[in-house]
Amino acid sequence: MWSLLQIELYKISKRPRTYIAFIAIAGIVLIIQAAFKADPGYLNILLQNVGDTFEVDKGKVINGYFMCYMILNTLLIQVPILVALVAGDAISGEANMGTLRLLLTKPISRAKIIGVKFFASIIYTVALLVFMAILALFLSMAIFGTNDLLVFRAKDTESQILQIMQDDVMWRYLAAFAYAAVALTVIAALALFLSVFAENSIGPIVATVCIVIVCTIISNLNIPIIDKNVRPWLFTSYLVGWKGFFYIAIDADNVPIKGSMENWPAIRNSLLILLAHIGVLFGGAVWFFKRKDILT
Amino acid sequence: MNVMLQVNDLSKNFNDFQAVKNLSFTVNQGDVYGFLGQNGAGKSTTLRMLLKLIKPTSGEIIFSGTNIIGDDNAMLKQTGAIIERPDVYKYLSAYDNLYIFAKMSGIKTTRKLIMDQLEMVGLADRFDSKAKTYSQGMKQRLGIAIALVHSPKLIILDEPTNGLDPQGIADMRNLILRLSREMGKTVIVSSHLLSEIELVANRMIIIHKGEKIVEGDVATLLDPADTVVEINTTDNETAFLQLQQTQWKERTTKTTKNIRVRTNKNDVPQIINMLSGVGINLLAVQPRHSLEDYFLSLTNNDTHVEPFTN
Repeated sequence: MWSLLQIELYKISKRPRTYIAFIAIAGIVLIIQAAFKADPGYLNILLQNVGDTFEVDKGKVINGYFMCYMILNTLLIQVPILVALVAGDAISGEANMGTLRLLLTKPISRAKIIGVKFFASIIYTVALLVFMAILALFLSMAIFGTNDLLVFRAKDTESQILQIMQDDVMWRYLAAFAYAAVALTVIAALALFLSVFAENSIGPIVATVCIVIVCTIISNLNIPIIDKNVRPWLFTSYLVGWKGFFYIAIDADNVPIKGSMENWPAIRNSLLILLAHIGVLFGGAVWFFKRKDILT
Repeated sequence: MNVMLQVNDLSKNFNDFQAVKNLSFTVNQGDVYGFLGQNGAGKSTTLRMLLKLIKPTSGEIIFSGTNIIGDDNAMLKQTGAIIERPDVYKYLSAYDNLYIFAKMSGIKTTRKLIMDQLEMVGLADRFDSKAKTYSQGMKQRLGIAIALVHSPKLIILDEPTNGLDPQGIADMRNLILRLSREMGKTVIVSSHLLSEIELVANRMIIIHKGEKIVEGDVATLLDPADTVVEINTTDNETAFLQLQQTQWKERTTKTTKNIRVRTNKNDVPQIINMLSGVGINLLAVQPRHSLEDYFLSLTNNDTHVEPFTN
């Protein structure tokens, strides 16, 4: 199994498309960082909605932690597309090249082959997130320094600013990245599932992106009947659940409680729903792949 | 003779279409087994079922005494194959491709083993070049190295000469003979050309529309005593009258295009001498086995485009 995984990772590493995601992430993060370094006035635009309600020390707001939070808010919506580039190619890319039939004439079970491909997709996803963490968090910390993290939040009809002490931030980022890894693994499982049925990579990649877009739109519709009956079942409703780690609980005197989360059960349930999606999609991929006639 | 592969009543349906119908055949150890049929006859579907790429609808595939349907690896461990095109990872070198598939075949790989295999197929000097820079013939040779790297007992080659130039075809033919005679491998090779199979196989099967037409020893099926000689001369009328006065009288027919004599292949020089001796100029003499005629008649029955007549 380990040697198969090594082979799969080696193949992924040799494909130019693998690096598109890393280049795209690096480009976006560096542009945002450079823009803020050159013109911190942009913060005023961000603060204009809450500026009338809260007293904010603008000098302290922009720091490495804040930059990372803002970058994650921007990027984690786009990253599923980048994950689909590799996971959607896993089986269909082999079919397109004609190597699938060669691969399947080797004495390895189909379940093992698709399992290794899925595991390799997870490793790719984690590598992408680690890369993002290095650039968005650690590089931002190096450029902008560290301080307390201010999180701006629209809750119901009110705007809210949550202050997290700087010594209470790092674990939240680690947890948020771990959550994002699970959320993006759902995308990888979806792309892999679609990849089983296709004979070129474009189809599953585009289909994955379309499904994510459509489900995201449905998840954001504020129509009660959809909110109640559809939204809870859509994985896209939970993709941004990582933010929950930054919603700190507040005591009766309105003071944030260090090390706390406002709603851990909600985060836990979101994780369980995402894991269930992964199980169903990966299980489906294995089931269909084992029965697929290779005609290409 | 030890039976290596026994196929019993193998069938495959794709929805309403039955691609393979109750096909049974036997491949003995050491055979070069020809799998002959026109395009769409069911050759590739059958070979893919042997390799577990396609799941049979019904039937048995018994390899070395074990029914391999449902068993994942028993036959694949001892089989090397090229199905249609020898597709490899184009963005990897020959060395990497061979290394990857050797690993996947479950053998211990060393640089020497990989380089020896590449040497055998004449790719050692280009081992580091990406496969996308290779010619079709080079890719075919790389495919062969991949198929052979784990020393399989059985080698399955589906239309291995497709897309090759004449030299490539000759090389492939020699390789098949070498695999059988020098290395003792059992080879199943498919083709839509009887002439290809005739040159390499000792046993063969002909399938048509998914059904077995005939199976047996090539030497028996292609017995030279059962040859049809097509003769074309400057004066077919006179040539036909001459043949009517010889021992071949009963076995000679005339068509609008040529004269056909059913005879032993060894008699062909005698016929040529006789016709030349009476001053008839020969334009073409084409000996063909009656099985080939039969095979071509199957093809002709399925002609999709009306013959061109001027």
